[in-house]
This record gives sequence, C-alpha cells and structure tokens, in this order.
Amino acid sequence: MTPNGWLQIALFFVLIIACAKPLGKFIAEVMEGRRTFLTGLLGPVERLVYRLCGVTLDPEGKPEEQHWTRYAGALLAFSAFSALLLYAFQRLQGWLPFNPQGLNQNNVSPDLAFNTSVSFTTNTNWQSYVPETTLSYFVQMAGMTVHNFLSAAAGLGIAMALVRGFARQSVQTIGNFWADLTRATLYILLPISVVAALFFCSQGVIQNLNGYETATTLEGPRQTIAQGPVASQEAIKMLGTNGGGFFNANSAHPYENPTPLSNLAQMFLIFLIPGALTYTFGIMVRDTKQGWALFGAMSVLWFAGVLTAYNFEQAGTPVLSKAGVELSPTGEQSGGNMEGKETRFGIANTALFATVTTDASCGAVNGMHDSFTPLGGLVPLFNIQLGEVVFGGVGAGLYGMLMFAILAVFIAGLMVGRTPEYLGKKIEKKEVKMAMIAMLVLAAAILFFTAAGSVAEFAKNGYWNPQGPATANLNNPGAHGFAEILYAYTSGTGNNGSAFAGISANTPWYNLTIGLAMLIGRFLMVLPLLAIASSLAAKRQVPASAGTFPTHGPLFVGLLVGVVVIVGALTYFPALSLGPLVEHLML
Amino acid sequence: MYKELKSAVLITICFTVITGILYPLAITGVAQLIFPRQANGSILRRNGKVVGSELIGQNFARPEYFHPRPSAAGSGYDGAASSGSNLGPTNPALADRLSKGGAQFRSENPTYTGAIPADAITASASGLDPEISPANARVQTLRVASARKMNPDTLQAIVDAMAEGRTLGLLGEPRVNVVKLNMKLDELVPFQR
Repeated sequence: MTPNGWLQIALFFVLIIACAKPLGKFIAEVMEGRRTFLTGLLGPVERLVYRLCGVTLDPEGKPEEQHWTRYAGALLAFSAFSALLLYAFQRLQGWLPFNPQGLNQNNVSPDLAFNTSVSFTTNTNWQSYVPETTLSYFVQMAGMTVHNFLSAAAGLGIAMALVRGFARQSVQTIGNFWADLTRATLYILLPISVVAALFFCSQGVIQNLNGYETATTLEGPRQTIAQGPVASQEAIKMLGTNGGGFFNANSAHPYENPTPLSNLAQMFLIFLIPGALTYTFGIMVRDTKQGWALFGAMSVLWFAGVLTAYNFEQAGTPVLSKAGVELSPTGEQSGGNMEGKETRFGIANTALFATVTTDASCGAVNGMHDSFTPLGGLVPLFNIQLGEVVFGGVGAGLYGMLMFAILAVFIAGLMVGRTPEYLGKKIEKKEVKMAMIAMLVLAAAILFFTAAGSVAEFAKNGYWNPQGPATANLNNPGAHGFAEILYAYTSGTGNNGSAFAGISANTPWYNLTIGLAMLIGRFLMVLPLLAIASSLAAKRQVPASAGTFPTHGPLFVGLLVGVVVIVGALTYFPALSLGPLVEHLML
Repeated sequence: MYKELKSAVLITICFTVITGILYPLAITGVAQLIFPRQANGSILRRNGKVVGSELIGQNFARPEYFHPRPSAAGSGYDGAASSGSNLGPTNPALADRLSKGGAQFRSENPTYTGAIPADAITASASGLDPEISPANARVQTLRVASARKMNPDTLQAIVDAMAEGRTLGLLGEPRVNVVKLNMKLDELVPFQR
C-alpha cells in the first residue's frame, strides 16, 4: 500500500462527503414536489408525463397520495410491464432499427432474454451474455439504458416511501409511485447523466451508432473493434448503481473507462446519490443528525472493506512471486496482484472500485473479481451479503440500512427491556416481523440456490444444462469454484450484478435460478418494507424522553455497524469458510 | 388496479422515448459535434488507413515492437470480445500460465535479471489494455533497440517522452501506451520486415 494510493482513496471520500449535503437537500425538495431551479425547465415535462400516463391528480393538481398497497401495486405493474417490453425488444431485435451488426433473436435465447430482462428491471444488471456480440444498439438504448434510469428511480421512490413513514404521523398514505418515478428520473437522474455522459466522452468513452471498426494492426492481422452509444449508458449505469456493462469487460474496457479521471468519476457517481440520501433522510425526519449517523455507520464499513481489499491485493499471492513477479510497488510499476487488473488503475483504484461497487448495489467492475486474492475477493462478496447497505444502491441502500436500524433499536430495546423507538415511532411486533421476513428471505435465497447449484446433476440431452453436474460450468476448481457459485447467487439476490465471472451462466438452469434469485431479492425485500412504511405512517410520534435511546450518536453508530456485521457473519460464515476462507489457507 | 396497469404501460413507453431514444441520440449528436475523435473511438490512422485505436490494445510479438500484456480477449486482443482470464488465485492453470509467461519474458529479454514488473505476465481485466508500466517498457527497451539497430538511450528517451504520469500527479498509475509507442517507433525508426 502506498501513500499515493491512500491519497486517492481519501480524495474520493472527500468528494462524497462534500456532495452529501447540497445534493441531499435537492433530492428532498424534488421528491416532496417543491420548486427547484430545474422546475421552470422540467415542470412542464413532468406535468405532461402525468397527463399522458393518466396519473390521478388531487384537487390541487398534485399526484394523489397512495396507500402502501396501491403504491406496491403500481410498482409491481410497472416492473412487470417494463420487463415484458424489454424481453420483447431482445427477441425482436432483428426487426428493430440501430442494428449495424445484424444481431437477431438467435443471439438471445428465450431463457437468456428472461434473465436479462429481470436483471435490468430489478436494478441487478447481472449479465450472462457478452453484450458486444449479443445486443443491438437499439436494445442497449431503448432497453438497457431506460431500465438503468427507471429501476434506480423506482428504488429511490421506495426509499422515500419508507422515510415518509417515519416522517408522517396518523396518515394512511406514503406518496405516489408515479410521481416518485417521474421526479427522480427527470430532475435527478437525467440532468446528472447528461453532464456525466459528456464528461466521459471528453475522456475517450465512445458515443456513436457506427458499425464495428475494422483495423489492419501494425503487425498486420485484422482487428475488429466494437463500437456503440456507450457514454450515454455509462453515465446512468454508474449514477443509478446499475452496473450493466455495454461491453463484456464492463468498466475495465478502455472504451467504457479510459482514464484515471473517468475512473474517479465512475466511483464518485456510484456513491453520489446513496451518500446524499442519508442527508435527504435527515431533512425529511427533521433531524439531520440522524442522517449523519447513518452516513457514519456506512463510512466505517466502507473503510474496513477498502483497507482489507487494498491490503490483500497489494500483497499478491505465492504463485505470483514463484513466477518471479515483483510484488512491492515501485515508482514505475504497481506490484501486487495485477491478474485481471488494468495498468492505468493499478492496485489501489481496483481495490477501491471493487469495494465501492459492492457496498452499493452497482456491480460494475474495473477489474475481474474472480482473479482477486481469496481475501481480497471476500470483500466484494461479503459486502453484498451484508445487504449492500454501505451507502448501497440508489434508494436500496437507504431502505436496507433503515431495516437494519429497526433491528438495531429492537435489539437495544431487548437489552434494556423497553419498547424500542426510532425517530419517535414505536417499533413494534409488525415492523420487526416485516424486517425479519425481508432479511430471512434474502439469506434463504442465497444459501438455498447455492446449495442447489453445488449438487445439481443434469441428464444427457436435457434442456436445462449440459450433461453432468452444474459445477462443470465453473472455470476454477475447488474452493474457488464454490465461491463462483456462491458469488453468483449472492450477486443475483443482492441485486448487485458483479460476478466471479468465470462461471458459464448462460444456460437455462443458471438463467432461470439466478433470475428467480433477482426477483426474490428485489420484491420480497421491498414489499415488507412498504408495509413497514405504511404501519409507521399510521402511528403517532412519541416525544423523546429521558429513557429514549438516542439514535444520532456514536453509540448507535457502533450498535448499527455491529448488527449489520454480526447478522451477515452469522448467516454466511459457514458458506464463506467453504469458499474464500479455505482458499486463503490453501495459498 | 386496471388504472395502475394503464399508467404502467403508458409511463414505460413515455420514458422509453425520453431516456431511451431522445437522451442517447441527443448525447450522440452533441458528442459528435464537440468530441468527434473520442466519440468515434480514438481511431489511429496511417496513410489514411485504420491501424487500430489508441485505447484498444493489439498483439505485438515481433522483437522490434514493445509487447503488450497477455490478453484473454478472444484469441488475444479481440476488440469485439473483451474479457479477463477469470482464473482464480489457486487455479493450477494460472500457475502454469504464469510460469510459462515468466520464462518467455526472460527469454525475450535475456539481459534482464531483476523481478518481473507486475503487469508484464498477468492478463489484464479487459483483455484490451493498451498500456504497460514504465518498468515493463524499460526492460523491453534493450531488446527493441537491438532489433531496430538503434541506441538504447535514444529509445529510452522516446519511451520516457511518451510515458504518461499520474493524472494531476495523483490519479491512476504511470503507464506507457504500447500501440501509440510502437506506431511512433515505426515512424521514427522504420525497420525492414
């Protein structure tokens, strides 16, 4: 580890802190429907969308407030239809425009189209295909890019609904889904994406509709170079914590992430909204200290991850040193484990990127996690298993962390024998039950599917997978192979989308099971949380008393971090010890 | 519920137009106008013919050229099939490839006896990494200079001039773009094929 590496990591974090307050305030204003500096320009568009889409307005002309069941119904109806449309786009791409490579339905099998369409609808962006040889520019733009916006906007809406539950009292409603979706997209995601996309272009990210370029290389052989409208998708891919690459190598591809500056911008965009949302939360519950407490807890967990990943990636492995590789950094080379890493990013930026992308539910990668050292690779895996609450996905991080906050005050309440309260709301049977359902469903999905993937066997000439065990789809033997399966279902359920990418997941078996894991991970988490939101909104605020456990100080931050880590460790330790932990001992 | 369903259909279509058609096409238009070189792939041309992209690595095996990192993209530097090796740290296939790569690096640069720069025999994440570390380039300078029959110090000066430091002295890692460097060498010191 070098001072320069730490300086880069520190600079990244300072940028996130600096933007939390101004952007957080802006998001609060937008999502509460107040006037901002963009209203003059975008207000007419917002109203036009409401009119065209038949959104019910109240007498004041604002979108009508919804009970949680209607909010959830709208979310489900929207997710179902938009997933269906994406499926259709993929299968019909041969007849659609912007397709210079002539890709068609033969490039996208039905099971792959199902997996991909679920993947982008749930903000996962798991990709079991090689985009540059699979999808036309039309599908990338009108399919993938659209979902990158809308799945993030939906996540933001859900988080706001939960926060409104804490902020309101004695009401039955938690906001309007259509308004949340529209406002988040128009005022927050779109303007920042426009700026980011043009910045990326300036750095060398491509943005064209040309066919693939053919070059005659300096040594003679021909080289085909994939093209496409990348920058516009790249911006929202990072900002919306989506992470689905335009190319197979994702943000390691020089056309997606060409310079150290574009790399910093990409990591910054991942944490930008999730960091700011803690401040938004503080404003909405009228106590910004509560928001900073969450920010603090997230920062502790983020730092622990970076420290671990950076340390082990820089240390390298015995295999490397046996081959004669320099493992210490010198002024002219980075040292460490450079397998699966790019020269321009080196060790520090790749370790930081891997931590950030899995703290959040982004899943973009600028290095190949599969080739990380065992404990370096444990960091992204464990980050996802913690529920991606370390800043987390757009909206998803905040609602996930609030779920843990509910558990934390519940545990604190048990210890002192008082009914727990959080932000003046009594946390009772219903809230704790719902939070537990959300948590258990995720753990069950990850562990059940991993177990099934480890033992499943397939018959000859079957539909689901080539003959033999499902583990034959792995690229690596032994403990690392098991880690590939565990990572796949963890990433799917956690709606992350990064991978130990050696696994050949493009078979009906993996496409279906990972698809189901993504659906479970998104919706069986969100529905209980919306129920909590509604139950909280109906409650009266209890004024704080001498017996109230303060939830804005270091004690609460410590407790919250403890709960997140202990729940994660207890749930996943057995599985992790069969994978990365035993692999580390085998080095 | 029917009403929500109708809104779901309409809003999906509405935003498909705004964020899926208007937004990317607008960005394409503006980018083509203000960053035409970058937006079209930073393509390198020689005598009007496309020889590659400065951002996309390509294979170099001849001693007269600086060699890039090992690539797992297709059969090596396939610009339409980016990929890392995805070999795990305990995979025997990785150990095997590294030891072979190390031996090859040594045989190509026989005068060098120090430790191998970390990027030299490890496969990059994209398989298209156009760059190598300055340390890696320094090792190869002697070989390239003797193959091109030129003074190693002159060559090292060219390499140093083309090397890129950390952005703003802080970000990323120092590096040398192999494609641009080799193209420059062909221009300055052509060799007989």
